[in-house]
Amino acid sequence: MKVGLVQEEGRTWSSYTTSSLPSDTRDAHICAAQLNVWYGDKLALHDVTLAVDRGTIAAVVGPSGCGKTSFLMCINRLTDMIPRCRVSGALHLDHLNLMSPTIDVLALRRRVGMVFQKPNPFPLSVWDNLALPLKEHGVRKRDELRQRIETVLREVGLWNDVKDRLGHSALALSGGQQQRVCLARALVLSPEVLLLDEPCSSLDPLSSGMIEDLIVSLRGRLTIVIVTHHLAQARRIADSVAVFWAQAGAGWLVESGPTQQIFDSPQHPITAAYIQGHRG
Amino acid sequence: MFSINTLSPSRSDYLLATVLRLCAVLSGVVLLLVVVFLVQEAFPALRHVGLVRLFTDDSWHPTEGLYNLLPMLWGTMLVTIGAVSLAAPLAILSAMFCQFYAPVSLARWYRRLIELLAGIPSVVYGFWGLVVLVPMIGNLHPPGPSLLAGMVVLAIMILPTIALLMEASLAAVPQEYLHGALALGLRRWTMIRNIVLPAARSGLFASAVLGVGRALGETMAVLMVCGNVVQIPHSVFAPVRTLTANIALEIAYAFGTHRSALFASGILLLLIVLGIVVVADAVKPRWTYGE
Amino acid sequence: MVNKRSSPWLPLFQERCVALVVWLAVGLVTTLFLWLVSEIVLQGIGVVSWEFILSAPQNAGRDGGIGPMLVATALIVGVCLGVSVPLGLGTAIVLAEYTNENRRLSQWVRRSLDVLAGVPSIVFGLFGHAFFCLFLGLGFSLLSGGMTLACMVLPLLIRSTEESLRAIPREYRLSAAALGLSRWTTVTRLLIPLALPGFAAGLILGVGRAMAETAALLFTSGYVDRFPTSLLDSGRALSVHIWDLAMNVPGGNSHAYASALVLVGLLFAINLTSSFIADQWKKHALT
Ligand SMILES: Nc1ncnc2c1ncn2[C@@H]1O[C@H](COP(=O)(O)OP(=O)(O)OP(=O)(O)O)[C@@H](O)[C@H]1O
Ligand SMILES: [Mg+2]
Repeated sequence: MKVGLVQEEGRTWSSYTTSSLPSDTRDAHICAAQLNVWYGDKLALHDVTLAVDRGTIAAVVGPSGCGKTSFLMCINRLTDMIPRCRVSGALHLDHLNLMSPTIDVLALRRRVGMVFQKPNPFPLSVWDNLALPLKEHGVRKRDELRQRIETVLREVGLWNDVKDRLGHSALALSGGQQQRVCLARALVLSPEVLLLDEPCSSLDPLSSGMIEDLIVSLRGRLTIVIVTHHLAQARRIADSVAVFWAQAGAGWLVESGPTQQIFDSPQHPITAAYIQGHRG
Repeated sequence: MFSINTLSPSRSDYLLATVLRLCAVLSGVVLLLVVVFLVQEAFPALRHVGLVRLFTDDSWHPTEGLYNLLPMLWGTMLVTIGAVSLAAPLAILSAMFCQFYAPVSLARWYRRLIELLAGIPSVVYGFWGLVVLVPMIGNLHPPGPSLLAGMVVLAIMILPTIALLMEASLAAVPQEYLHGALALGLRRWTMIRNIVLPAARSGLFASAVLGVGRALGETMAVLMVCGNVVQIPHSVFAPVRTLTANIALEIAYAFGTHRSALFASGILLLLIVLGIVVVADAVKPRWTYGE
Repeated sequence: MVNKRSSPWLPLFQERCVALVVWLAVGLVTTLFLWLVSEIVLQGIGVVSWEFILSAPQNAGRDGGIGPMLVATALIVGVCLGVSVPLGLGTAIVLAEYTNENRRLSQWVRRSLDVLAGVPSIVFGLFGHAFFCLFLGLGFSLLSGGMTLACMVLPLLIRSTEESLRAIPREYRLSAAALGLSRWTTVTRLLIPLALPGFAAGLILGVGRAMAETAALLFTSGYVDRFPTSLLDSGRALSVHIWDLAMNVPGGNSHAYASALVLVGLLFAINLTSSFIADQWKKHALT
């Protein structure tokens, strides 16, 4: 598999203390600076500054409630959907300013796919699950629909399982298959960024392994941000790791860097303890 | 910084949002219109007759300029109270039957029966009361069309609605409570009395209140069986006229102040219903159990 | 099983008494129902025929049939649904899906709907008479009657649709948004189909109410018993016909029974069909 397109000396994550972005991250695909998220008056994510390089896999780890999901939802502006949720700071996808109130969020979300923690295919047929987003984004010809749907289902290793029941409800599939339908649904629009929110957490080890292999196979083609509670998984698949932590209810970024560095020589005591805890 | 609810910028979405909001506003406007028109039509009566005289005049003789609504108000209240106190206990028992006493299949059938009953039009209940019940009461104690007939017909009419709502509130009692009780080896009735009924009481109360609302507002059934004599009844066998029946009887030929007084009685009904809604709302939180 | 030795007899006695009372109450309710229905069926069945259903009444309804009333009822219900369905669906979507914006407005709308739901039908009749018949100049007409009923069933429709929209898991909305689906697509392709059962339930309830309604129609659609030729014609609904025969036409009872049988039959048919469809739907959704 290809390795990162713009990988410089293994540096894929960087942390900064100012909102101006240093020159060496100009090429970063996703770039957040001093990002804050509020739910009402409650600060959920405080001052997160980090960058993800193009074509790499970045893992976000941390205890429950430290704002991992909130961070992901900033990147595709799903925060818009949440009542009383407010975001401040700087966030860029390439050169697109994600904080701008005037950007086309539909186009943005087409570029940024997302898979959620719980498998949630729409209660429609497998075909409709995949065709709905395609049609919405202008693919109308049946041949093209069919071809793209088949390609993506093959990619997630589901084609042989479902090719005879594309017209059946997606809810009749097993949990692992459903999650792969969700993954296919996110991939079918050919996004450039894939956000994965604990995609394996409700799956058995076998399904989980299949999804993990799939993610690895996407390296280089897509920029992937994956939230995971399995440190071992993060270590296996990620190019870089960001450790979030919650303090007094607000999440913050403890440390980020290349996977090797985070696991072998963590700089921050919290990181060390967290990794130790998981090892022990 | 961006904040909540940036609408997606597609053109059809703006259109959708606009159309939908228009719908909501229109729906809200309906109530406004109802109130505005009732008040506007009732205004002459309130000005020429005055609020006080609507309750203190010697009688209801609109042609002679006498506008006392009190007998009709009494009629409405007595019929309602009677109907609800007959229907509520039967409804609770029905609900208990479906939830705890009946075998599952029987409960299904019984529930379907109640649902069908709930769908029978009030004019049919009234007709049945007129041809079956009124003669029976007439044999017992003439004349027949009476407060009692109204109470019974209304009770039968509101029973299905209350029973269905009450069953829903019994069904909403968390299963864990029941399992807990069963694990303690409690008997059925002991469990119902000590656990189910207290837990469901807010729902039961709300259902009964809804029954009150329906009974108050019913026109056809009472119009057909109550005799429609304007008087404060001295016994359950005396004929009465309710506010609703009064409107239905007289609006066709009423004009001027008379018509206006009928609209005033409509407002009175509206206010009573509003009062019920407010009271039910205010009482409900304190009655709520668990969660 | 109850352990006879260790349990005192009083609770057991109580238990039995309550059970007895429950069964008695259920017996009473069932008897009343059978009595009512058998009365209508037995007295009405002799009169009902195709002739009765299709022809116009004669001799103030003592003879002839109920054709015009069925047509008038259908038109009134049609107008009622034509007005209330789009309005109700739109309002429910706003209340359930656009909750964040116009919080004040939606709260206000919701509160007025609560009050509207409790307003007696005769008060709607007064309003319809003053507003549709006189103010808008529609006179005693099917249009006035239908729109009056639309105001009446609107809260039902909105509440049941809103509730089923709210019951749709948030995840569907989030993942629809994450796929870049527009609100239009989300609403029309995803939310409305999912909320359809609740909407249908409200619709059936509304149709039932509208067909059963009498008081509000007495002085909005009138009681002319000819076949209506336009929506601006006055027309007599079936329920109004029953009332008229029972109260104002001596000797009209047999036709009143037959009309009641037809009306109740229609309502039962709607009710049974809808619950059948709901059952099928549930089966379908689960597989
Ligand atoms: N819609 C919301 N309204 C209010 N508070 C919220 C909302 N969503 C999340 N929060 C709060 O924001 C904080 C961060 O939540 P978030 O879901 O981002 O955590 P997380 O790291 O994804 O946790 P988990 O690992 O359990 O998924 C939490 O304290 C949570 O309570
Ligand atoms: Mg999360």
